[in-house]
Order: sequence, then C-alpha cells, then structure tokens
Amino acid sequence: MNVMRRVLMLLLVGTVGLATALPAGAQTPGVTSTEIKIGNTNPYSGPASAYGTIGKALGAYFKKINDEGGINGRKINYITYDDSYAPPKTVEMVRRLVEQDQVALLFQTLGTPTNSAIHKYMNGKQVPHIFVATGATKWNDPKNFPWTMGWQPNYQIEGRIYAQYVLKNVKDAKVGILYQNDDYGKDYRKGFLDGLGEAAKRVVVLEQTYEVTDPTIDSQIVNLKNSGANVFFNVTIPKFAVQAIKKSHDIGWKPVHLLNNVSSSLGTTLKPAGLEASKGLITALYMKEVTDPQWKNDKAYLDWVAWMKKYYPEGALDDQANAYAYSVAATLVQALKQCGNDLSRQNIMKQAASLKNLELPMLLPGIKINTSATDFAPIEQEQLAKFNGEIWQVFGELIDASKK
Amino acid sequence: MSAPTIAVLVAAVIALVLPFMLSNFRLFQFTQVFIYAIALLGLNMLTGFNGQISLGHGAFFAVGAYTGAIMMDRWNVPYGWTIPVGGLLCLIVGFLFGIPALRLEGLYLALATFALALAVPQILKYFEHWTGGSQGIVLTKPAAPFGLPLSEDQWFYFVTLVVLFVMFVLARNLLSGRIGRALVAIRDNPLAAEAMGVNKALYKSLTFGVSAAYTGVAGALSAVAIAFVAPDSFNILLSISLLTGSVIGGLASISGAIYGALFIQFVPNWAQDISKAAPWAIFGLFLIVFMYVMPYGIAGALRLVWNRLTRPQG
Repeated sequence: MNVMRRVLMLLLVGTVGLATALPAGAQTPGVTSTEIKIGNTNPYSGPASAYGTIGKALGAYFKKINDEGGINGRKINYITYDDSYAPPKTVEMVRRLVEQDQVALLFQTLGTPTNSAIHKYMNGKQVPHIFVATGATKWNDPKNFPWTMGWQPNYQIEGRIYAQYVLKNVKDAKVGILYQNDDYGKDYRKGFLDGLGEAAKRVVVLEQTYEVTDPTIDSQIVNLKNSGANVFFNVTIPKFAVQAIKKSHDIGWKPVHLLNNVSSSLGTTLKPAGLEASKGLITALYMKEVTDPQWKNDKAYLDWVAWMKKYYPEGALDDQANAYAYSVAATLVQALKQCGNDLSRQNIMKQAASLKNLELPMLLPGIKINTSATDFAPIEQEQLAKFNGEIWQVFGELIDASKK
Repeated sequence: MSAPTIAVLVAAVIALVLPFMLSNFRLFQFTQVFIYAIALLGLNMLTGFNGQISLGHGAFFAVGAYTGAIMMDRWNVPYGWTIPVGGLLCLIVGFLFGIPALRLEGLYLALATFALALAVPQILKYFEHWTGGSQGIVLTKPAAPFGLPLSEDQWFYFVTLVVLFVMFVLARNLLSGRIGRALVAIRDNPLAAEAMGVNKALYKSLTFGVSAAYTGVAGALSAVAIAFVAPDSFNILLSISLLTGSVIGGLASISGAIYGALFIQFVPNWAQDISKAAPWAIFGLFLIVFMYVMPYGIAGALRLVWNRLTRPQG
C-alpha cells in the first residue's frame, strides 16, 4: 500500500512538473509594443567555433541599437544558442527558438549544412529565416523558399568574376585550380568554370583538391607548377592559403594568383604567408579589410573600432568576422526600420526583400545592397583588388553579378 | 508487485500521457531521448556487459542514418522499413569490424573504434552520388497515417516509443539469460569463461554486431526525426556523448540507457542556460559531480535509494 501511494505521488509530481504553459495568443509571436525577439544559432563550440565571434558581435551590435532607443521604440531581444555546427543540434535549437521562445524571426544562423537542415522547416512554419551566414547559392530561391534569404555574395558569383578577369586579361591562359573538397570549394569551382564557358576545356590544365583535415597541400602546389599553369585559382581557407602562397613562392612559381575572398585577410593569411610572397595576389572584395592599413584613418573603420571597444571589448580587432557581423546586423536593422509598425512575419520578409541601394560603412565604397521579390541575394557586387605588398589596391570597375 | 515492475508501469504511463501534455518541441526532444536510449542500450551491451570500450559508435549511428536516408531519398522506401534495414546493415558491419577488433583489448580497441568514428564522416563524402556529399540529404518528416489526429511530432514519438519498447524487451531477454551471463563472464574473467566452454571470439564479435545494430536502428530513427543527414551530424562529439551517456546512466544496467539518454539530451542545454560563456565547463562540472555522487551511474544510485525507501521500517 505504502508503495502504491508513493507511486501515485511520483506520477502526480511528474506530470505537473512536465506540463508547460501554452503561450498566450498574439498577432506576431515575439513582437510586443516594446520588444522584437530575434533568434540565432552559432557554433560557440566544436570544429567551427572560430565563427562563434559572429554570434557574439551581433549581440553587441543590438546592444548598441537598444542603447540608442531601439527600432521604432522597440528593443531587440536577441536569443542565440550554440549548435556546435551539428545539424541535429541546429534543428533542436531552432525549434526551441521558434516554438518555445517564440521569436519573430531567425537571423544569421551560421553554416551551410546547419541551415540546410532547417530550410524546409522554416519555410513550412513561414518564419523569416533571413541573412543566413553562408555563401552557398541555394539561399537565393524566392520561388521555392520564400522565407529564406542569404546575405553575402555567394561563392559562384565570385568564381564567375575571376573567370571574367582571366578571359579578359590573361593571354594563353593555362589555369590550375586548387579547391577544398566540399560544397564550398565546389561552388567556387562551378562558378569559375561556368564563367569560362566554352573556354574551360581548353584553359584549365589541372585541378587539385584537398581535405580540410589534410596537414599540408605542398604536393598539390608542386603538381600545379609542373602542369605549366600560368594562372592559379586558389580556393582555400586561410590555413591552406598561407601554405599555398608560401610554397609557390618558395619553388619559384609565379602565376597570376587568384585568391578567394575567404582568405583575403592580411591578418590571418597574407602576413603569416609573408607580405613579399603575397605581392601580386588578386582577390575580389566587398568589405573593407580591417587589417588593411589603407583604412586606418577611415571614419567607418574608426567608428567600428570605437564600437568594438565599447560593446565587444573581448572581440579581436583583426578578425574580419567582427566587421562582417557589424554590417549584416545593420542590414537587419534597416529592414526592421522599414517595417514601421507592421511587424507581421509577411511584412518582415517583404521589407527584407525591399532593400534599395543600401550602403553600409564597412562595405567597400560603391557597394550597394539591393533585394526584390525575385532577388534574394543582397550583395551581388564585388571589386577586384591586387596586393601591392602593403595594401589591397582595388582596380577596375565594380563588378555587378546581377547584370549579366 | 515488485519494485521494477512498478517502475516500468509508471514509466509506461508517463510515456503514453506525455504526447498529450507537452508541446511539439518538447516531444521532439523526448523522441531524441528515446533514440539516444536505443543507441546507449547497444553501447551498454558492449561496454557495460561485455567490457569492450568503443569510442566509435557515432560511426554506426551514421551508417544507420545514411542507410535510412538513402533508402527514403533514392528508392522512396517507406520509413518503417529503413529501421530494420539500418539495424541489419549495422549488425553485419559491426560483426565484421568485431572480428579484427577481437585482437585488441581495452584502450587499443578504444583507439581503433575512435579511428572508425573519425573516418566515417569523410568516407561519406566520397560516395557523393549516394550521400549527397557534404550537402547531405534533406528528407520529409512523415505525417500520421490513417488520418489519425496526431501531429508529426506526436506520431513519430509513438513510433520511436514502440521501437524503444521492442528493443528493450529484446535486450532484456538477451541479457538476462545464459547469453548475458556469458558476456559478463567474458568481461570479468575471460580465462575462466573460456574454461567453462564460452566461445569467447564468437561472443565478442557477435556482441559487437548486436551493439552496432542497436545503434544503427537509433541512427535510422534519427534520420527521420531530424529529416536531414550530413557528415557534420556525426562528428566525434556524438561518439563521446554516447559513451558519456552509457557511463552516467549506469554501466551494465538496462534502465541506465534511459537515464543516460536524458542526461546527454538535456544537461548540455541546461549548461548553456546557466552560462553562455562557458557551457562546456559547466557540463564538465556536472559530469564530475555525477561521477562523484553516483559512482555506479544514475541507475545504480536509484537502486540504492529505492532499497533504502522500501526497507522495512522499525
């Protein structure tokens, strides 16, 4: 008898404890007269935790906005969770944000596989899933996924820009490509080959790949040199970009060296590789490189530094990711400002898709953000730049990939 | 009624009532708990009962998940079939891996399985045609059949619960008889076990196979629950979490799998709620406290508490 009573008690306590209160009904979840709730996932731990600084910097930017009075009188309540770059965890955390925390929208969720895992869910739930932190091409698909939008120029666009440069400027081009064997590397390669078009078969002499876990890419560089290539399309992350620049310099290979934007930071790539060895590199830029001395007296740069010091003092001043976060957060603030008092999810999406000629301080001069109901790719302009041993010197026209 | 019977009945009632009391998100979390519990049960057979350490069960989880995902994505097989097939394939893979692994004892086996966990996500990328490479495979979550008035989450919760129940009954029958005794004998004294006529080689590799099969079933269920698979889903942390869960839950205990699953599902989240800055430090603290307070895992501690409560008073 005693035992039965205990069991009943346990049952009662268990059920009461586990029941969760249902949220009160409201027009848009996460929006009140004083607050907008925004959800985010970032890898604060795990293999991609170097990107975690983006999630933290976003919070620091919203703190600044809130200190200045918020957006149309509403403060931003920014909720960010760690997904350690594991898609199952992303699904769980995003469901927590949408179903339990009741956020109005999801912003800057980071990573290609992680966003792929929630792509269908977000569009099924019809919750804005905007300005995601990945360069994959598939986020620009308003027809099939009207609730998802990217932000940065995608890798294919950039690949195409390099191809155009080669076709126009290099006589008898023989191209060697080195790319990371995953979707990031393949997207760049595809854009580049598409850009070359018919010429690709004739021009590309050797393609080499590496795994992100490889210790070195020295042998690939030697193979590329021996192939007789005079153009090197270098699609590598900073760790390998450093090796590639050093190795080709050491073995005396001097091709037209096209370095992807992913590794264009002076602080993380060029300085470790050696400024002398880096001379002559060509890349496509859309942001001001924070480690490039040409901006050290630029007002936008100084404002960014002041913000970093005040709101995110533990963040690194030589990490481009912090300038990236600063710019993408400003884009969201603009979209929400445009919403006025109509913060329905439909209108948030509509305004995110109605950005017109938005210029941001830390983007290169002349780069404008434009979106429309049929164009979910906010940044489609980039500019080529050559490293002269000290700074990235931009040259030529601003290239607009939306115009073909 | 005996204490364990009552505990099982109570757990069953709670499990059946939950779907009508909790939000879909919470149900999704409990579905994850059940999936982990199946995997932990498999690992527990190997580590707890048979004394073989595996740091690589995330690999079998991945094989199960990809088997299911490819069947559903490529051949439009109903998800119900993917679960036994995922298990069967892992049984074979696990058994074959178990044969060479026989020569490895203790820490050396742990390293060999660790290598497996490291290798599988990369191998998956090579068969891009089937696995979708690093992009993974996007799946559709199944709706409740026969027009049942259940949400997707409620329906799949019940599916997982049924699979969990079947797997637990199977495990109990397997482990409470002479096979279970043979496994424990091999763990405690391999020489004596062989002298008693236990075929050590066969038992050990079979245990590896069955253990992998359980984990494969869990993987296949997970593919449906998450509706997405990618190599990044099965990183090394998964394997380590599984081992953590089986130790925390209670080695050589069947019910320990449930407690371990609850631990690896919810404690990292709590750690994050307590401190955004150092969630894994908090998690580590939890781990140390648990191990210090409950050296025989949660199952062992509960047994102790129950014994004390039901001791005749006087």
